[in-house]
This record gives sequence, structure tokens and C-alpha cells, in this order.
Amino acid sequence: MGEALNFEKSFEVEGGSFQNAGNVSGQIKGILKDLGVSTDIVRRVAIICYESEINIVSYAKRGTITLSVTDEAVKIESKDEGPGIPDIELAMQEGYSTASAAVREMGFGAGMGLANMKKYSDHLIITSELGVGTCVKMMVMNFQKMLHPDLPPFTL
Amino acid sequence: MRLDELVRELGLKVCAAEGKLGREVRGGYVGDLLSDVMANSREGDLWVTRQVHQNIVAVASLKELAGIVLIQGSGPAPDTAAKAESEGIPILVTDLPAFEIVGRIYQLIHP
Repeated sequence: MGEALNFEKSFEVEGGSFQNAGNVSGQIKGILKDLGVSTDIVRRVAIICYESEINIVSYAKRGTITLSVTDEAVKIESKDEGPGIPDIELAMQEGYSTASAAVREMGFGAGMGLANMKKYSDHLIITSELGVGTCVKMMVMNFQKMLHPDLPPFTL
Repeated sequence: MRLDELVRELGLKVCAAEGKLGREVRGGYVGDLLSDVMANSREGDLWVTRQVHQNIVAVASLKELAGIVLIQGSGPAPDTAAKAESEGIPILVTDLPAFEIVGRIYQLIHP
């Protein structure tokens, strides 16, 4: 067995910058592949990361996405400086969105973002303060490693 | 079926990444909502959409899709074509509406 995996990196995301949307997700996907993370976990993290990025671009002034990888889990934390979410329960409902017409026209803002982030992560915690911003912490667990601790990380 | 065979059979116009047409098309997905495509398309799918802006390239790249088919003769926006070229995502254009092109693609890849 090699050393325990412990990787962390943060990425800045600029609000309103649709031309760069997806760049951070692409970088994170590349890092996970290089670290040897299993395909299924990479696929799920790419989805939750892309949705986080689109939410920052669509609603916030700016934000930071932080990737942490250990043998047991991949964590994504998306923290933005934005308007905040008045009713988190409502915002989590699939189909609910406050996106502008321009954002919807591009095929975003269908109310699937937070729902997808919840669906494709094993844990999701969302906190928000009106006029300050929103923080979404998500975790995708490497259950194979937890069930079989002697295995090298992410080989299944 | 390879993408270049589909291009030939269906008379698709190639607008970006002509060098990447050797890819195998494993299936397809149709949608204009990017979150839907992000969540539900699979690697190797050919994506049929009416969206022509550059964010379709990021989705196709992240999901490792075989390529993108734009419908009703709508070509990609200039920055979309440039991004697709640099990321190696083939963009193909058909004059047909989505229903007809999807039917034909389905027949070809599931004979």
C-alpha cells in the first residue's frame, strides 16, 4: 500500500462568466483521473462540480470551489459571494428556479442543479445567508475502500 | 458505428474537430437543458441539441460524448466552433429537425 491520499486545491470561479463555465470542472476531472480515482466517482464528481460552477456563474459575483481527496472520499465545497437562498427547502426541489430568462434561454436554470448535486453526492450540506452568499459541501464516498481497507485507494 | 460513417450516411456538415471523426458512437442523447444532458448522457453518446452556444462544448467534453449534432441547419456560434476545435469535440449540423435526425441515427446505430 502506498501513502494515504490527501489532496486539496481551490479554484476561483467568476460570476457571469459563461464563456469559462466548465473549465474548473474540467480541471478537477483531470486531477481525479491523474490520482487514479475510479471512473464512477469521477463521473459523479464531474456532475456536482459542473452544477456548482454553473450556480456560481449564474447567480453570484464570484465563488471558490475546493476539491479535497482522501482514500475514503472526494469532497467538493462550493462557496460563493452571492444573493443567498431565502428558502433552501424550496430551492432543493427539482424544477424550482429563480434563474433569469437569459440564463434559461441557454438551457440552464431548469431547477435541476441543486437536485443533481444532491442526487450524485452521498452527503450534501447547504448553508446560506441572504446578501452574503451560499456554501454547499458535498461528499462522494469511496465505499469500496471503506469496506476493504487493505485495498489500494480507488482501484475498484 | 463510427462517427465518420454517420456523417457520410446522413450528409452531416462538419463544423469542428474533423480530425476526431474516427470515434465510436455508442448511443445517443437528445436535450436542450444542459443539466439534463450533464446528468443523463453517457460516454460515447452523440448529443442532438438546438443549443449553439459554447457551453455545449464544456458539457460534451466533461461527459466524453462522441460529438454534438445541431439541428434545423443552425450552425455553431463562432466561439463555440473555436472551443470545440481546441477541445476536440466534433460539431455536426443537419438541416433536419430533431425528431427526424434522431430517428435516422437510431436506425443506423441499432440496425
